[in-house]
Amino acid sequence: MLTENISRREFLKTSGALVVVFSVASPLADAATKKSSAAAKTVALDQVDGFVEIDARGNVTVYSGKVDLGTGVQTALAQIAAEELSVPLSRVTVIQGDTALTPDQGITWGSLTIQSGGMQIRQACATAREALLDRAAEKLRVAKTELYAKDGRAYVVGSERSVPYTELLGGKRFEMKVNEKAPTKPPSMYTVVGQPVPRLDIPDKVTGRFTYMQDFKLKGMLHARVVHPAAMKASLQSVDDSEARRLPGYVATVRKGNFVAVVARSEWGAIRAADALKTRWSDWRGLPDKAKLWDHVRKSKIVKDEELQKAGNSAEAMKGAAKRLNATYDFAVHTHGSIGPSCAVADYRDGELRVWTASQATHTLRKQLAKMLDMKPEAVRCTYIEGAGCYGRNGHEDAAADAALIARELGKPVRVQWSRADEHGWDPKGPPTLIEHRAGLDGAGNLVAWEGELYAPDRSKPFAVTLTTAEHAGLPKDDAFPGNIHQGMAIPYTVPNIHTVAHWLAETPFRPSWIRTPGRMQNTYANECFLDECAAAANVDPLEYRRRYLKDARGLELLDRLAKLANWQTRKGPAKAEGDSAKGRGVSYIKYELVRTYVGVVADVTVNRKTGKVTVDRFYVAHDCGQIINPDGLRNQIEGNIVQTVSRTLLEDLQWDASRVTSLDWKTYPILTFPDVPDVVIDLIDRPTERPWGAGEPAAAVVPSAIANAIYDAVGVRMRSVPFTPEKVRAALKSA
Amino acid sequence: MATTLTLHVNGKSQPVRVDDPQMPLLYALRNDLDLHGPRFGCGLAQCGACTVHVDGKPVRSCTYPVGQAAGKKIVTLEGLGTPKKPHPLQQAFVAEQAVQCGYCINGMIMQAAALLAENKRPSESEIKQALAGNLCRCGTHVRIVRAVKRASEMMA
Repeated sequence: MLTENISRREFLKTSGALVVVFSVASPLADAATKKSSAAAKTVALDQVDGFVEIDARGNVTVYSGKVDLGTGVQTALAQIAAEELSVPLSRVTVIQGDTALTPDQGITWGSLTIQSGGMQIRQACATAREALLDRAAEKLRVAKTELYAKDGRAYVVGSERSVPYTELLGGKRFEMKVNEKAPTKPPSMYTVVGQPVPRLDIPDKVTGRFTYMQDFKLKGMLHARVVHPAAMKASLQSVDDSEARRLPGYVATVRKGNFVAVVARSEWGAIRAADALKTRWSDWRGLPDKAKLWDHVRKSKIVKDEELQKAGNSAEAMKGAAKRLNATYDFAVHTHGSIGPSCAVADYRDGELRVWTASQATHTLRKQLAKMLDMKPEAVRCTYIEGAGCYGRNGHEDAAADAALIARELGKPVRVQWSRADEHGWDPKGPPTLIEHRAGLDGAGNLVAWEGELYAPDRSKPFAVTLTTAEHAGLPKDDAFPGNIHQGMAIPYTVPNIHTVAHWLAETPFRPSWIRTPGRMQNTYANECFLDECAAAANVDPLEYRRRYLKDARGLELLDRLAKLANWQTRKGPAKAEGDSAKGRGVSYIKYELVRTYVGVVADVTVNRKTGKVTVDRFYVAHDCGQIINPDGLRNQIEGNIVQTVSRTLLEDLQWDASRVTSLDWKTYPILTFPDVPDVVIDLIDRPTERPWGAGEPAAAVVPSAIANAIYDAVGVRMRSVPFTPEKVRAALKSA
Repeated sequence: MATTLTLHVNGKSQPVRVDDPQMPLLYALRNDLDLHGPRFGCGLAQCGACTVHVDGKPVRSCTYPVGQAAGKKIVTLEGLGTPKKPHPLQQAFVAEQAVQCGYCINGMIMQAAALLAENKRPSESEIKQALAGNLCRCGTHVRIVRAVKRASEMMA
């Protein structure tokens, strides 16, 4: 399975002590080379030392299992820690997602980094501060109630007497459990949390000094390229590497089952060798006809039905309704489309595997790699290094598995960089989603019954996605979990009779995974569009119709703020403007998963009746995620949610033929560009005394429905299929 | 056959050993000269993450042959300005916090620098047109436009 033009013995001879060199000095270097101290550091979730360390110079290191995927959240985590410990923010460094150093706080997903990960850090820091004040009370011989913490010291109230934390701790660890009852600082005392602190990473990112995953190097590192199958489930019949072998710097061809990769001394050498490799694959044509995708989804085998929301008796109520409506909504297959394709570096020595990865789930990845390579998880260490923006489970874990397998075969550090075509073709996809809705209105237009059926891939699986490497190499693998895509089907409105069911499907055309706002985006699109259809059928202003069924004071306040922000005027059915260009506005609302962040939006659009092109001119956003940690970071996330989802809603639609994905670059999978980007106007509702909730996803959930509702307002057609391409808009106008 | 080319990068002349003169300039900059500014995004000149200046013009280094770059004046993000002496665009991107993941930002700044060299006070729509070939997936566009506008005002 392994051919190489340097003997394996040569490799082994030179592979004594591994010297790790980094291309730039960075905290990563420290974290990666501190092996001995790493071995001793606890990663326990219930230990203060799991999360926080104060060294002899007073520098604070925060250990976060949640990672910064390009959101800037590490700055917010540093603010939370600095605030709770009462230390200057400049003293705080955040180490992220290292299985040897950081507690397993779960996958960085679901808008939970601040809400759950940040609160664990806050509680650990509160425990630490209380412990320091206890020691200071003893040292200064005053009552603890006479002390307060500031700038890394404990001060006696009303005097100049103080003692630095460093003296109280002496560079030692806390060695204590996180006290869930340790008092956290009252928000009225905050000086760092709630401030628009500039992000810590930006100066390096705008001057080319930042080390992304793609920049990380080890001494003696080789470069590999994986040659993915010519058809999705094709078998590899033959490999001819005679031409590749003649290229300068060629090192090896690694083949295992349907997994094949070439290795070279340089990155360009690996790219050329991959091009020169002649592979023959079996014919495989198992993908459904894209033109009949929704028939395929509807006819897919149902594993089980899950009731997602139930109130009253919708079937009875439907029978007695004066008016009945139904509509079917579908949402296309999307790729993650990270601007930097997946990349990883792995090194296998003496039975131990080290992997550097931009994975959002290093702790999960560690278990997956161990399973694939039949190793103990303890022998695998995964270290996070930030890559290009990551919006869910993309190809990073697969690239890491590629690198791990090749590194083990060669006994040398290996870097795997996926090509653009690898990324578009092989990252797991947001699955095709179909939703059917029915509603019943009484004679006065009141919503008396609501029914929904969701068709989406089965989610009753462990939280992991099959590694392509394991699948192709025929090694032990996990199943593909699509994310918590049941979320968002339940509606936040008080309707007397509701019945909503998910039909979990046995199969889906592509390896599914979660992409920003999984399920919540698709389900909210259907819900909020259909509610708009009900409002129109009742001849009621859509914002007013939402208010009518909302019993949540915080939600109602948000809608009031939104109406004011957008200067909402009562809508009385679609505009009847003449001419090619028609303007409209639509509204949408969510209470995320019915338990957290509230978002309301108004979209202003222009529809060109002739070309069918939809332009989103402006989005107004009212946003309430409780306590705001960093208002500017929050705005940045909201803007990103809106712009990225406008792209997904108007343009994105994965293409394929019978054998493979054919959207393999940005021409065949276009995304929104500058001239079509809307303005985003935001009203942040800060509630410092409430708990903080997530903001990385919720605003995205309401974008497709707001646009669809605005199109209806402009030209009177309902767009029930994402994306709203000019062809679909023209077709809808024609049949209207 | 390996040959040695001289690349003039950020004001310095540096020898680079090259197996293949058709190798895109990006790989020489990133791997031989250890520069992190220019980034690999697509290898197809479609996204702009790899943008550098060659003789003052923005080029996509992921498709620009290294052989063709020899003897020409190359400037990367690192050469545009440093953390201590940043270019007005770099200052403006910090001031506007116009970064999410930042992977595309090299291209945004390099492309905008080329725009500002030719058009000192571009309108918002001129900025958007000039950056139309640069992709950002995080949705940082609104801030990027503001940052370019701010830089143009700083440079006026």
